Amino acid sequence: MRRRILIFIAFAAALVALSGLSLMVGRVWAPWSAWTDRSDPRWAIIFDLRLPRTVLALMVGAVLGLAGAALQGYTRNPLADPGALGVSSMAALGAVMTLYFGAGAAAPWVISAAAMGMAFLAVILLLLFAGVGSGLVTFVLSGVILQTLAAAGVALALSLAPNPWAVNEIINWLMGSLADRSMDEVRFAAPFMAVGAALILLTARSLDALTLGETTARSLGVDLRVTQLLLALGLALTTGASVAVTGVISFVGLIVPHLVRPLVGGRPGALLLPSALAGAALVLAADILVRLTPAAHEVKLGVAMAALGAPFFFALLVTLRRRLV
Amino acid sequence: MLSAPDMLCVKELSLSLSGRTILDRIDLDIPSGAVTAVIGPNGAGKSTLLACLAGLRRPDRGEAALGGEPVLALNPRLRARRLAFMEQTPEVAWPVTVRTLVGLGRTPFTGARGPGAEDEAAVAEAMARTGVADFAERIVTTLSGGERARVLIARALAGRPAWLLADEPLTGLDIGHQLDTLTLFRRLAAEGAGVIVTLHDLTLAARLADRLVVMAEGRVVAAGAPQSVLTPDLLAQVYGIDAGVIAHQGGLTIDLIGRRV
Repeated sequence: MRRRILIFIAFAAALVALSGLSLMVGRVWAPWSAWTDRSDPRWAIIFDLRLPRTVLALMVGAVLGLAGAALQGYTRNPLADPGALGVSSMAALGAVMTLYFGAGAAAPWVISAAAMGMAFLAVILLLLFAGVGSGLVTFVLSGVILQTLAAAGVALALSLAPNPWAVNEIINWLMGSLADRSMDEVRFAAPFMAVGAALILLTARSLDALTLGETTARSLGVDLRVTQLLLALGLALTTGASVAVTGVISFVGLIVPHLVRPLVGGRPGALLLPSALAGAALVLAADILVRLTPAAHEVKLGVAMAALGAPFFFALLVTLRRRLV
Repeated sequence: MLSAPDMLCVKELSLSLSGRTILDRIDLDIPSGAVTAVIGPNGAGKSTLLACLAGLRRPDRGEAALGGEPVLALNPRLRARRLAFMEQTPEVAWPVTVRTLVGLGRTPFTGARGPGAEDEAAVAEAMARTGVADFAERIVTTLSGGERARVLIARALAGRPAWLLADEPLTGLDIGHQLDTLTLFRRLAAEGAGVIVTLHDLTLAARLADRLVVMAEGRVVAAGAPQSVLTPDLLAQVYGIDAGVIAHQGGLTIDLIGRRV
């Protein structure tokens, strides 16, 4: 227990440090003196540009880490992640469809609703394709099917796009980013993410019991239908809302639980909150790094995460190979 | 009989899966305070019967009742407090410590605030009874098969169940640990618990069970004390083998002659 508290304190300290850094670092260096002086031109940079970006990075990272930990716990599958299994891509497809039809511009909530709806559909399809607690291979292949489906849908939207601006908008969307976000996005996404995260956290005890397999979990009084419903809604709200405000940022949910598991032990329920904190730290750190890219345009965060995550995914696959065959 | 408080009563239980009859009108009264061993050849329906008794499978017809209440009508959490179920091929998905895994047996008791002193005491007691306390902080996935099996028994005992239903709990254990496990089950029965196990080893079943239930092709062929149930005729009928049954003090020995032709 003391160890757990220490880990929480360490994560919290890292988050505070990273948040401070995130407010200071960028094209323009904003030292502490600029924070308190409203007349300093850098004050606006800190509070109007970097603050929403920082808060959004924390929120998105936290829910993505949480979603990954919950999905891994439920499927008892260390390769599960809303990004890797196509849930994020399906959410993006939902968003792209609204962009394509121009409905996104009319009302911003349409994009989010479409993203969350498609994310929910994706989770349900995933559970239907693979079945509960099916093997690693079935699950990953189901994810591949969803990814392919989403990619085909997006390609269709691109090829039929009415004008180059729509194409541009869609492509920008697909490469997740935190640049140029305002407090509107924060305010919009926060309630959905909070409700989704709360639903996911409610499954903690059921996820623990699932360590012993479905039958034993049921014999311990766990109602798996309730767990499924909570998770499907929770994943749809968290993944859908984060895709709606930042586009697709993959691999957070895949990487984070693996980094946290050695620290807090394998119990899935105990992994949820630390994964949220570590996810927030990972996304924030990655976002600080992409801001420092020495190019005219900064590297998109989604691209950077994919570049970081793909080798990690590969390394994980190599270590798990014995379980796959 | 159906309302007896410490009985597991099975009435007219039938179940078929895709046209094949798995359980065929099973009638049984299983008393607590005793070890009941369900024996029979592969595919006789033993595991399915156990799952129905535990409320994990819904039969097509008939019911299993715990102290007069149908198990399926019980609230799952309350049912789990009274009845522990050990599946045939248990899974341990994550590298957790022995103490954590045994603690999962307290799932039906722990509230939102997490495990309390009562839970910790029950876990310690279960680990002591199964002899796994010495390696309480080791990771379950690194244990030997025998150690792991004992940890899983400790998990079932952590809920201090009034009924313990174990599907082939001796698989993968050496003869010494098989004996230890059944002796532990006998002790639980002596304390008042109802223990139901499915077994393949007839000699062990005869020695350590108070009652045998013999199943074949979804039916109960015989039930009662081992001496009265296990006869050469029954073995020939159920398993298709020629065997002698040698009775001696405290048990029976099956003297296998060969496959009946």
